[in-house]
Amino acid sequence: MNVMYFAWVRERIGVPQEQIETQAATVAELVQELIAREERYAAAFADVSALRVALDQELSEFDAPLAGVREVAFFPPMTGG
Amino acid sequence: MIIRVQSDLFDVGAELNAFAQGRQDVGAVVSFTGVVRDTRGDLQEMQIEHYPGMTEAAIAAIAQDAVTRWDLADALVIHRYGALKPGAPIMMVATAAAHRVAAFEAADFLMDYLKSRAPFWKKEITAGNATWVAAKDADEDALKRW
Repeated sequence: MNVMYFAWVRERIGVPQEQIETQAATVAELVQELIAREERYAAAFADVSALRVALDQELSEFDAPLAGVREVAFFPPMTGG
Repeated sequence: MIIRVQSDLFDVGAELNAFAQGRQDVGAVVSFTGVVRDTRGDLQEMQIEHYPGMTEAAIAAIAQDAVTRWDLADALVIHRYGALKPGAPIMMVATAAAHRVAAFEAADFLMDYLKSRAPFWKKEITAGNATWVAAKDADEDALKRW
């Protein structure tokens, strides 16, 4: 699936998006997989309560299932307006 | 509804005139313009990042909610991204309704939701620093009044 990062999450991980092959059943499981990969992911996901997640461009939750999802995006709380 | 996400500068007056023009079914047009504010006198620019695709969809959903809830004749949202200088317009909303209370409330609702539910992130650039603007608890709390 396509995984995207925005704002300081993008900066900590170092790429705006990447293709990730995963068997993770939920967003939280995907986060744990990423954290185990490399320190830069651990740094970005140190406090998931400070993050938001969108599945296929709709705001979602970290316990949401990933079945059928094509695009996951992680970002800090939004500051529009 | 008119929804535009763009890096280009826009002319608030021209946009508002075009939005208000030719309507005979509305008694009230309200607009709000958000401007890059230099709070400490050292801001060089505000960089605004967004999530192309989700941004347009999120704004359209919020605007449609406002149109339905306040029975608006029309709504306009323009939001910029990219590097913006202090004093430059970031975004504007306009609402057109039969009566002013609906137009004011709908504009207020649009602003509260765009602030916390449209995928934009602001970064302040000064001579020595680059700092992501943190969302405020008050911004999230503001949604509860709707």
